[in-house]
Amino acid sequence: MEFLTQIINGLSTGGMYALVAIGYTMVYGIAKMINFAHGEIIMVGAYLAYVMTSIVKVPIIVSVLVAIAGCALLGVVTEKVAYKPLRNSGSLAVLITAIGVSYLLQNLFLILFGSAARTFPQFMPSGTVSLFGAHITYVALLSLVLTFICTGLLLLFINKTKLGKAMRAVSEDRGAAELMGINVNTTISLTFAIGSGLGAIAGIIYGMSYSLINPYLGAMLGIKAFIAAVLGGIGSIQGAMVGGLIIGVAEAFTISYISSAFSDAVVFGILIFILLVKPAGLFGQNMREKV
Amino acid sequence: MKKKQIKDLIISFIAALVIYGLIMFLMSAGVVDYYWSGILIMACINVILATSLNLASGYLGQLTLGHAGFMSVGAYTSALCSLYLHLPFLLSLLIGAIAACLIGILIGIPTLRLKGDYLCIITLAFNEIIRVIMLNLSITNGAKGLMGFQAMNIDFSVYFISAVITIYVIYCVVKSRHGRAIISICEDETASELSGIPTSYYKILAFAISAFFAGVAGGLYAQYMGMLVPSTFDYNKSVEILVMVVLGGLGNLKGSIIAAIVMTILPEYLRAFADYRMLLYAVVLIAAMIIKEKNLGPRIKSKFFKNKTVEVDD
Repeated sequence: MEFLTQIINGLSTGGMYALVAIGYTMVYGIAKMINFAHGEIIMVGAYLAYVMTSIVKVPIIVSVLVAIAGCALLGVVTEKVAYKPLRNSGSLAVLITAIGVSYLLQNLFLILFGSAARTFPQFMPSGTVSLFGAHITYVALLSLVLTFICTGLLLLFINKTKLGKAMRAVSEDRGAAELMGINVNTTISLTFAIGSGLGAIAGIIYGMSYSLINPYLGAMLGIKAFIAAVLGGIGSIQGAMVGGLIIGVAEAFTISYISSAFSDAVVFGILIFILLVKPAGLFGQNMREKV
Repeated sequence: MKKKQIKDLIISFIAALVIYGLIMFLMSAGVVDYYWSGILIMACINVILATSLNLASGYLGQLTLGHAGFMSVGAYTSALCSLYLHLPFLLSLLIGAIAACLIGILIGIPTLRLKGDYLCIITLAFNEIIRVIMLNLSITNGAKGLMGFQAMNIDFSVYFISAVITIYVIYCVVKSRHGRAIISICEDETASELSGIPTSYYKILAFAISAFFAGVAGGLYAQYMGMLVPSTFDYNKSVEILVMVVLGGLGNLKGSIIAAIVMTILPEYLRAFADYRMLLYAVVLIAAMIIKEKNLGPRIKSKFFKNKTVEVDD
């Protein structure tokens, strides 16, 4: 049952990518920028959970909540300090600033914690469940379940609540939304907070699945999650989830059947393929260029 | 060519000659030691990278994050030519540049349909794929790195002259009829297409020239370092080059040259801060972007130098 095990492994990594990709897709939908620092927020989330549990020694649930709240706050603060002044500038300026924020967080944590990997505390008993003959770790199962719960809750929030409606309105047309009395600043802050909070959950899942964390963990994870967001169609939450799962499975298959050396290349290959064939992504809508 | 341009060119050439003479004099006098001459060589390489990227990102207006990929193609091709075919340095440099140019055209044809962030992320993807390929080919010796291809008789002059030639060629391209077509695409693609400019052709042309010189820079880098490791050419290197172009000013050759030199030399002075160097770099980067975009420069100036009144237009 090697095949099934690989699929489940892929889905659980993919679940982590999906949580990060949702953050990317929401921020891109509303602020129209690639938040390059999003990967670093995940790293911060993992470190916050690590510090709270292993050093401050609070119960696990408290440290998870602190990590989520801390990342949400960090997301809002970076938006206010670094991105808000550039809201009306070209995408290049915002992109470079986001890269700057990413370098800043990475190097800050490098100074605080050193470049050596830290052991992430055990949040869950290690063990496996057998499902149709495939052995699945508890962490993989949890990661999958969490992804579905978070995506479901988020979809409910966006489609059923007033704040969610405001978010959709701002992402469709910022100017018009402002004229209708929607507070654009609050809505953008809320988007960053939700995206970063989900990032913290992804960071904790990363820590649990790989049990080692270092300040560089966010860089590649962030880029892969962004690819997942593009694959699903930027701006679409269901798309980000499906994209994340596809990327996860593709990566797991490449590692087990081809070579782990090419797993990154395959993921980037998927990105190139989708951008050339259907740039709007699987769930995206084609934008027609108006003159 | 107009009179003013010719005058500009003559002044620039004289300036280049004076700078070259000065550096050579300081080198022979021993003021510029081995360490600093290495930094000057890196500055020349970065000038080539920044000015060539400026053609694609500044003048053509296409945001790309794959310049390090072209650089690595040039670097590896020229190194392999010297190592296995025993070609002279300049010939292998040229072959490396042509290889980078061909890869640039190959990548440019499908990707240049995309714009903005999407183009940026797809070029980043190509950059990473090139890196993974270099990492896994046996001929490039993978992560262990490629060595033993250095030609012995190459000194600072080669790097300096390459940089001057690059600047001259890109200046000529920009000031030519083709350059005006490239700039018009940056201003308004639809309008320039309606005016009968073959936009796809010019986009790929600018991209190819840009990749060609990235290949030259790669070949020079290989020659200077004497060892090639794929991880040098990851997307962080591309970001570094793009930062030089943006800080120097998009579509501004002088700016690119100055930014490339400053960004090469500045980190050496920041070595005293050791661990905090990259942190400081990140802060400077964010601050520089905000100050530049919000046009806060004149405002800050007027705050610190009260006697000089500076007009600030909101």
